[in-house]
Amino acid sequence: EPETGRKKLSSHGRKRAAKRRLGAGSGPAGKRPLGGGGGEREPTGQTARGKSGFSDGNSKWLVPAKAKKTQPKGNHVELSSDGEVEEGSWEMEEEEEDGSSDEMVDDYGASSSEEEELLPIEKSALKQKPDREGLSEDDSEEEEEEDEAEEASKQKMGQKEEEGPDLQLNVDIDEQFKLPTSEEIEKEDILFIYLHVIHQRIQGNMEVLQDFREKREEGRSRQEYLALLRRDMAAYYSYSDFLLSKLMDIFPLPELVNFLEANEVPRPVTIRTNTLKTRRRDLAQALINRGVNLDPLGKWSKTGLVIYDSTVPIGATPEYLAGHYMLQGASSLLPVMALAPQENERILDMCCAPGGKTSYIAQLMKNTGMILANDSNAERLRSVVGNLHRLGVTNAVVSNCDGRQFPKVLGGFDRVLLDAPCSGTGVISKDPAVKTNKDEADILRCAHLQKELILSAIDSVNAASETGGYIVYCTCSIMVEENEWVVDYALKKRNVRLVATGLDFGKEGFTRFRDRRFHPSLKCTRRFYPHTHNMDGFFIAKLKKFSNAIPQARKDEEPAVEAAAPPAVPDTSTAEPLPKKKKLERSKAEEEQKLPQPALKKKRSLQAQKRPLKA
Amino acid sequence: SEKLLKLAASVPRESLVAPGTCFGKFTKSQKFRLSVTALDFLAPYAKFKVWVKPGSEQSFLYGNHVLKSGLGRITENTAQYQGVVVYSMADVPLGFGVAAKSTQECRKVDPLAIVVFHQADVGEYVRNEDTLT
Repeated sequence: EPETGRKKLSSHGRKRAAKRRLGAGSGPAGKRPLGGGGGEREPTGQTARGKSGFSDGNSKWLVPAKAKKTQPKGNHVELSSDGEVEEGSWEMEEEEEDGSSDEMVDDYGASSSEEEELLPIEKSALKQKPDREGLSEDDSEEEEEEDEAEEASKQKMGQKEEEGPDLQLNVDIDEQFKLPTSEEIEKEDILFIYLHVIHQRIQGNMEVLQDFREKREEGRSRQEYLALLRRDMAAYYSYSDFLLSKLMDIFPLPELVNFLEANEVPRPVTIRTNTLKTRRRDLAQALINRGVNLDPLGKWSKTGLVIYDSTVPIGATPEYLAGHYMLQGASSLLPVMALAPQENERILDMCCAPGGKTSYIAQLMKNTGMILANDSNAERLRSVVGNLHRLGVTNAVVSNCDGRQFPKVLGGFDRVLLDAPCSGTGVISKDPAVKTNKDEADILRCAHLQKELILSAIDSVNAASETGGYIVYCTCSIMVEENEWVVDYALKKRNVRLVATGLDFGKEGFTRFRDRRFHPSLKCTRRFYPHTHNMDGFFIAKLKKFSNAIPQARKDEEPAVEAAAPPAVPDTSTAEPLPKKKKLERSKAEEEQKLPQPALKKKRSLQAQKRPLKA
Repeated sequence: SEKLLKLAASVPRESLVAPGTCFGKFTKSQKFRLSVTALDFLAPYAKFKVWVKPGSEQSFLYGNHVLKSGLGRITENTAQYQGVVVYSMADVPLGFGVAAKSTQECRKVDPLAIVVFHQADVGEYVRNEDTLT
């Protein structure tokens, strides 16, 4: 029987079925209640329910709506959730969610075993039954609030069934939501309906939050909206709650959506020309001849190219194999540009695998000087070696030490690049697993390691070097704990100060974040995001070391050792021993007293920098 | 270079992976086997060169020998079994090889005969990344 059957029936189908069941006599009767019930759902509803309803077989599915909700539900969210056109059309007529939902339930209640289980309307209807028992059928929004609160407290993210009533309730809250109009879309795939609805709800919620004073629902707090938004976003974009809360702290809401959307899409493939072997336009020409569609990366880079599409695999062209270019993310070019290595310098790259930045440093130095490329992971070092050989880098020594051993192994470098191991929250588009597998402990562990590494990096630099004394600290993460906090820690613990990175684009780093306050010079650091710059999330800080002494004088011998370390002590460093002696005298020097000294040293180090330029 | 070596000496032995660029390895029988990583250094000095047509470039990069049909140009007076550097038509060095036939013979043989034995090619960077020195 169609009525008790498993099929979805159109309105015509149902009418026909009804006719068939009842025979000619009750045909008109059957129709009339339909029309009548449709026309005056509310009044007749109760009564019709009270009496035997309709004597025809329609009673099973034609149950009048309870007037559970008041008018302001101008909402067609139910509409959208319906899988049925005619339900929608009925809705249009009467604007009664419940009726349709009830009808839906009755219609499909029997056959709700399979795919209909997911129908939110179904679920909402099912929910309403216990709800009906639990709560009185008030129209009061207070009830709905409680309901919603109950839902919120009961629900876990995975239980989508319970979202149904929230759906309705939320629509009550956020009346001005733009509601989806065409039911046909939702017919196609139930899961899509569901995500689509969540998406709509997110957007509606955000609209309300933007203009909270006007658009809010009476009696509902901002926290509730935010909580719902968080849950929705976590479900829609598949993030863990922890990570999403962190992101909500960092980004304002509209930007957050952009960020999340950008993480779903991979960043464009970019390559870096190896200027040791070729020129950018020659390379571009050669690749175009092979059938690659490319463009220069931007004004800020002279060696980058972005690949739009290609008929040949970019990682296997003869040019690649000949070492003319390197596949590298655009954001990885930035720390090396900030580092600005000069020729004949000694540079340390503490976490170099797979060697992209190292080779860029080498090409900027034109294979002069010396680079120590270090990584603690031996397997990844093989790719470093391969890349360096392929690209024709001759001035690199590759080593496999733990970065924290550094000044002991070899110190006195001119510049150090520290691309610290991080939680990877800036490269979610490359590794979606990060969305769910990072938690508080991971982030803190990373931060701890990064702090140790940055101190080692700072200690490995010779502040007295003529052309250098710089450390560039960068991570591919956007978390404040791993970025600003680590740099702030370094500022407190060592004689370094932040300098401008030389990158004129990118967002400035945070100088304060929630309850933490950082040093104001953190404005010089730069943050890059996938949604604003179309490159991987990145953080770059450039530090200048102005003294080889280690503050706090916890080891009085250390300053002396450091002073002896630099192999060639240029004239400008004669100023260094004097302040150091002063430090040794006042072994318990306060931080403030050191400030005048840095000022002195600043001038000298600036002079030191200017000298090579002039020369 | 020497300076590099001296600096590399300060890294503990277990940790040192590669100072500078590796040219090749010594085999058990005291022979020196040149590896592709030496290509950049040797290519400019090569006296005998072989140019390969674009079509068989890829084939050489996969490790196959060069057939007569893929041969573009070859330096005059190449002796048989002479070590050669293989180039693409765009003068991009592709690898090392050994001439299977002298230049004169190359003119006479049929198109499917091998003219250059493959020894090392840049494709190995991708294929044998792990075993590269």
